[in-house]
Amino acid sequence: MQCLGGRMKLFSITAVVAGLLASAAFAEPVAPSVVKYEDGVVMASLTGVAGDPVNGRNVFKNRKQGNCLACHVNAEMLEESFHGEVGPEMAGVADRWSVGELRGIVSNSKMMFEGTIMPAFYRDTGFDRPLEKFSGKTILTAQQVEDVVAYLQTLKE
Amino acid sequence: MMMTKTVLAAACLGVFALTVHAEEGAKLIIDGEELTIRASAPAHAENIDEVSSGWIYRSKETQSLQLDDFDNPAFVFVDQAIDEWDKVDGSEGKACSSCHESVEDFAGLRTTLPRVDDGKLVSLENLVNECRTERMGAEPWKWSKGKMTSMTALIGVQSRGMPVNVAIDGDAAPFWDKGKELYYTRVGQLDMACSNCHEDNYDTMIRADHLSQGQINGFPTYRLKNAKLNSSHARFKGCMSNIRAEPYKEGGPEFQALELYLASRGQGLSVETPSVRN
Ligand code: HEC
Ligand code: HEC
Repeated sequence: MQCLGGRMKLFSITAVVAGLLASAAFAEPVAPSVVKYEDGVVMASLTGVAGDPVNGRNVFKNRKQGNCLACHVNAEMLEESFHGEVGPEMAGVADRWSVGELRGIVSNSKMMFEGTIMPAFYRDTGFDRPLEKFSGKTILTAQQVEDVVAYLQTLKE
Repeated sequence: MMMTKTVLAAACLGVFALTVHAEEGAKLIIDGEELTIRASAPAHAENIDEVSSGWIYRSKETQSLQLDDFDNPAFVFVDQAIDEWDKVDGSEGKACSSCHESVEDFAGLRTTLPRVDDGKLVSLENLVNECRTERMGAEPWKWSKGKMTSMTALIGVQSRGMPVNVAIDGDAAPFWDKGKELYYTRVGQLDMACSNCHEDNYDTMIRADHLSQGQINGFPTYRLKNAKLNSSHARFKGCMSNIRAEPYKEGGPEFQALELYLASRGQGLSVETPSVRN
């Protein structure tokens, strides 16, 4: 018992030190389950690292990542064929929505648009029958969400 | 002049797919017979006004393959089933033709399936396998494999042009209710229900695909994508995998219930078996 207690303590100290180190160098992203939505808006960055709009553009069109183009016409990437028409066009989206709103919409649009078809890109629980390889996972990583949001902020009219 | 302008405008938008949308009002006429591709929705499909065949949403090139049985690649498989019809198989030394005088006698059957027999919901695949195992002493065929889809196409085409007319009341009601529930249940990591795409958004583009109502009046359907006949259950499986959901089993109770519910949403459309899709 004693021995175990001693070990536990040691372990937790190590964990704390590791945690401190991590937050100094590269902070752990906010876990999907604790993202704070206020009326659908997510104010705080999910990673603390500024989004990269160039990668965000890629995430937007990549069929295996955001595949946002499946549903949204995007006048900024006319060289891509096959823009979907299920959701609103992306032109001027940064004029219509603030950064916190965009982060909320991409992370979990259901918080903003009740009953929407748009998938939640940063949610990892609450799905019915997810395929095993996607079970317990988010569609995008926290940084990919930040990157897409940074890209969306460039879409001004 | 006008033409060039429209094409240019579409090209500028980058929405090339729009330029190949089929003509509004195109008719599906096979062998001089016009099939019903639009009908007013039955009362039990309460959220839509009109039901429409998936043929309407395909490109002109794909549509044209269905207009003539010589162009329709599905008939290669129908021909194989005609050969199979006379082939003896199993311990009883029988072929389909030992018991059924002509496959033409099955005209109308496809319009009423799936249906409830002795408290069980049965699809055409079950009826075929019942003959194989119980009357021929032969191995059952796999639900979506070539021999089965060829035979269901051959039997289905006997009803081509006749309106879909499945029973949804009485014994069928609990199965239908279950199918309806599945149709509206969101599944998978993309968290979508069949209704999100095929009821709320049909007739819009989802990337390169023109969404239809997901009707099953044309199954089994020949798909250019895999160059073979596809059962409706295989299609359900594909759609579920696309939304990153664990599909139900082909031939299992969930897909059978879904099949009944979907068939009922196409009430009034002509049987189009074997249809051609991309
Ligand atoms: C399956 C369809 C679908 C996909 C995929 C999708 N969206 Fe959406 N999106 C919608 C719909 C529909 C709406 C409108 C909200 C509503 O009414 O449901 C919307 C709304 C939005 C809005 C608000 C637009 C406005 O002008 O109001 C933004 C921003 C947005 N989506 C971004 C994205 C991004 C970024 C991705 C990918 C990471 C994405 N969407 C993927 C369907 C989709
Ligand atoms: C993300 C969108 C989406 C969802 C959700 C979806 N499908 Fe589909 N489905 C498609 C696309 C795209 C096609 C091919 C084009 C078309 O016919 O709509 C298709 C085709 C079909 C077809 C073939 C129609 C024909 O005429 O050949 C059937 C049947 C079908 N789906 C049934 C279902 C069922 C049942 C579900 C739910 C388990 C479902 N779909 C969920 C996108 C979807």
